[in-house]
Order: sequence, then C-alpha cells, then structure tokens
Amino acid sequence: MTSSALTLPIGRSLRQHPLLARYAPIATVVLALIAIWYVAAVLMNLALVRGGFEREETPYTVSELIAGTMSAERPLLPAPHQVIAAFVDSVFGYPPNAPRSLVYHSGVTLSATLLGFLLGAMLGIALALMIVHSRVLEKSLLPWIICSQMVPILALAPIFIVVLGAIGLQGLLPKSIISAYLCFFPITIGMVKGFTAPDPMQLDLMRTWSATPRQVLSKLRWPSAVPYLFAGLKVAVTISLIGAIVAELPTGAEAGLGARLLAGSYYGQTIQIWSALLASAILASGLIGLVGLAERGVARQMGTRP
Amino acid sequence: MPLQMSKSLKLDSSGATLQPDGETPLVTVIEPAGMNKTADAKLEPVASPQRLAVDVSHVSLTFETADGKVDALSDVSLQIADGEFVSFIGPSGCGKTTMLRVIADLQQPTSGTLLVNGMSAEQARLGRRYGYVFQAPALFPWRTIEKNLKLPLEIMGFSDSEQRLRAARYLALVNLTGFERKFPWQLSGGMQQRVSIARALSFDPALLLMDEPFGALDEIVRDHLNEQLLQLWDKTGKTVLFVTHSIPEAVFLSTKIVVMSPRPGRIIDIIDCNFPRERTLEIRETPEFLKIAQRVRVGLRAGHSYDE
Repeated sequence: MTSSALTLPIGRSLRQHPLLARYAPIATVVLALIAIWYVAAVLMNLALVRGGFEREETPYTVSELIAGTMSAERPLLPAPHQVIAAFVDSVFGYPPNAPRSLVYHSGVTLSATLLGFLLGAMLGIALALMIVHSRVLEKSLLPWIICSQMVPILALAPIFIVVLGAIGLQGLLPKSIISAYLCFFPITIGMVKGFTAPDPMQLDLMRTWSATPRQVLSKLRWPSAVPYLFAGLKVAVTISLIGAIVAELPTGAEAGLGARLLAGSYYGQTIQIWSALLASAILASGLIGLVGLAERGVARQMGTRP
Repeated sequence: MPLQMSKSLKLDSSGATLQPDGETPLVTVIEPAGMNKTADAKLEPVASPQRLAVDVSHVSLTFETADGKVDALSDVSLQIADGEFVSFIGPSGCGKTTMLRVIADLQQPTSGTLLVNGMSAEQARLGRRYGYVFQAPALFPWRTIEKNLKLPLEIMGFSDSEQRLRAARYLALVNLTGFERKFPWQLSGGMQQRVSIARALSFDPALLLMDEPFGALDEIVRDHLNEQLLQLWDKTGKTVLFVTHSIPEAVFLSTKIVVMSPRPGRIIDIIDCNFPRERTLEIRETPEFLKIAQRVRVGLRAGHSYDE
C-alpha cells in the first residue's frame, strides 16, 4: 500500500517525461529488431559453427556453440555487435583518407550522390516546367519519362559507364549521371502536381491583373509547388544515394560504398558488407534530415501554419 | 488620387418605382447617378455625365457540356451607369456569376456585345480597369497580409514606395492596420475577405466586381461587412457589381437590383432602389425596404426560381 503510493508518482512522471514519450516507441522497435537479429544470427550460423567443431573433432557444449555463432569470422549473418565493432573500427580505426576507412568510401559515394541529386533536381524541375507549359511536350515527354524508370538500373548502369567512358567521362560524373537518372523522376512527378496546384480562383485573379506567364510562374505556381518540391526531394535524395552505390557496382570501382559491398561479397566478408550497409543507412538518414531541415526553414519563411 | 468623392445624394421617398409587369426584361433608364469629376476624369477623356461603366447588349453564352448545351446567359442586355451599386440576385445556375465573369473577360460570350468603361472587356482587363473579389478570399498563404495587398501592385509595376503607401492606405480603409505582418491563416474569414477587398481596390480601378464575397460568412459578420462595404462605396465612388443570394443584402446595398432566373439564364426584372447613401441596417425594417424585397421575391417567383 505504502510502497505503491510512493512509487506511483515516480512511475507516472517517468512515463510523462517528454524525451521518454518521444523515444520510447522507437527504442522498443529497435530493441525488438536487435533481439530478432540475434536469434536469426544464432539460427543461421548454427550449421556453419557446428560444422567447424565437427571438422576439428572437438567436443562442444550448447553455450560454446551459441557463442560461436556470434563470433564467427565469416558468418552468414553477423551478429549486431560484430557489425557495430567492424563499423566503429573502420570509421575511427583509420585516417579518413585511408582506403580501409569507411569515412573515405562514404565520402566518395556522398560526393557522387550530391552531384547526382543536384543534376536530378534540376532536370526534374526543368521537365516539370516543360510538361506544365505545353500540352504537346506533356504528351511526348511523359511516356518516355515513365519508361525510363521501368528499365532496371543495374542493366543500364554498365551501358552508361561504357558509353560515357568512350566519350572521355570517368570517375565522379558517370556515377552522378546514373544517380540523377534515378532521382529526377519523383521530383518531376511532384513538381508537375505542384505547378498545377494553384486554386482556379488564384489563377483567375492573376488573369484579372493581366499578369504575364512569367509572373504567374514566379508569384503563384512556384510558391504553390514548394511543398511538393520537398516531398519529391526527400524521396529523390535517398534514391540518388542508391543510384550512386549501384553505379559503383558494375564498374569495378575501387572506392565508394558500392565498391566496399562488392569487395565484401567477393571475399565473403559479410561483416564488411553489413558495416557498409550501416554506413549507407546513416548517410541516407543524414541526407533526409538535411532536406527536412531545409523544408522547415523554408516553411517558416513562407508562414506555413505550424 | 483622392479617395473621397462628392456624390449627389438622391433621395426618393417612395424607395422604388414599381413596375406592374415584372416578367419582361426591362430596359433600364440610365440616370446620371455619379458625377465623377475627380478620379476618372484623369483616366478617361470622356466627360459625359451619362457615361456607362458597363454596357451589355444581347449577350448570350452557351456552354457545351457532356449532357448537351447549357444556356448560361440568354440575350441579356443591361446598362450600368458610373458610380452605381448593382446587385445580381437569383438562384444557383441563373448565370449571375457567369455575367460577372463575362464582364471581367474571364469567359467569352457566344454572341452579343459588351463594353466596359467604353472599351471591350478584354481591353478593360488588360488595362486593369476592374478589381475582382471572389467568393473565397483567395489570399496567397505564403504572403503576409501586406505582401498580399502588394501582389497586384508588384505585377503592375508600381514603385516600392508607392506599393508601401497604397498597402498602408487600403489596409486602413478596411480597418486592418496593424495586421501587415500576419499571415492569412492568422486572420478570421471576415478579415481575410476584407483583405481581398482591399487588394481589389489597391490599384484604384473604377469598377469593382464582387462575386458573393460574403457568401461563406455568418450573418453577424456579413451584416457588419455590408455596412462597411457601403461606407467604402460612398468613400471611393466606385461602380460596384455585386452577386448575391440574399434578398436583404441586395436591397440593403444596391442602387439597382437585377433579378435573374435560370434555364436559360436571363434577366427577369431590374429594380431601382434609392435609399439614402448613408443608411444603417435599421432601414431593413422600413416599409420601403420590405416593399422592394417583396418585389424581388415576386420576380424570383415569376422566374420559377422556387420550383423544385
């Protein structure tokens, strides 16, 4: 009775703590995923580890077996702590420009991603402008734009690299072009919607003031499209990262997260693959976060209702 | 350009001249209602006191729809003198909004001729001779109130200082000084509509076209804005064309009421309505007021507006 009366207020205040309220749900999900991951690691690596023990003909206990599944050198599925350890080692264990440093590889991929994202955004907006302003262009461009996204990029990427290499483009630019090719699409679709978002009344108003098409674009269509632009940019920025990584796969690139993934799979270095994946996930969330931050800044500037 | 204009007060004790047959469209007798010597004389060389703000003759407009042709306007003729306040009343689909849109050159008539300020509707639009107020405020949500007011001025190329001056002047005119830095969502619906009226006036057009501007507002706000609009009209001397659903609103505001009926959209009756320019809501209780309201109702009924 007394103890419950004493602990209740504390329990409640903890439950109502804003940080806890905010992060408790996501932390629960993460913990659950990690738990599932550990179980899966044990189950998947069991045969491998048992095979190892049996080959050496050493007796083993169940606990040794389980410990083995979590410390195998080339496991089918590395345990979370192995991935984290490898990740920390390759991020902090080497100088940032060393070929074994994940920071170095992330930087290479990031630069291709950012350039591709920039090119893709410009292309996407330009295409949307053309589509919105001309019925003919809409009819002639739109099918091709949609077709472009139906061809698997893994098939296209080597062709791009070869063709661009033949005209003397190598290194960063071909990767960026592949990344731009992937990421312009959501921006085009979003901006077509955005440029046609203005209310008919607002368009009529511009007409009563006999505004020029350019004024209608700059003072009405463009600001109306801003929310759609950011929705498109958020999708595009992750796609452009994927595009940059994919572009590194078929080219035998020596640097970049894609090269890390490829090398890892050649040599069965599953832990290396997973830590490269972790790096790309962190990179993607960082990029989305930046776009979100820009969006919030612009929204505040535009007086959007909080 | 001074906002205040001298206007001859026209007092008519009877309130209205009742015509026996409300069914046939009447050709209006144009009276020299507004003797504008100040503002418009500068814009227009025409000095005739009988100058027409809007001259519609035999205008028809047919829409092609999936279900066949719809006669939005059928052989409509109407003359509106400078400085008048004309209400268009009728049920939905009677073409009153279409009428306004045709005058504004937002829609083109199928046949007939139309003069606005003595020029074609397109010339009048290109010359920015009218301000248009829609049913909704249609403010640009990313612009502050002041910037919303400045928008037409920016488009028309007014200088920065002139823009600032006019924004302040017209915000004061609709009693919204102090709201310059607010965004539209921070204002009530009535305030937003006042901003849109100020915006329509900001470039000082001689003609104000209003399409059910208070339709979405509650009655208290609406009464208040009606009084304010009347004062505004008195102060600025604009010609106002005002579309409404409400009989009391039409009778209270207008010097002339155009009663319309649907299928096909046509004019049933034109009623003169000569209350003193300075009037209060109390006149709605007077016999003259009720008599005109009654005649509007008769006109609407004659046009089968109350049929199911």
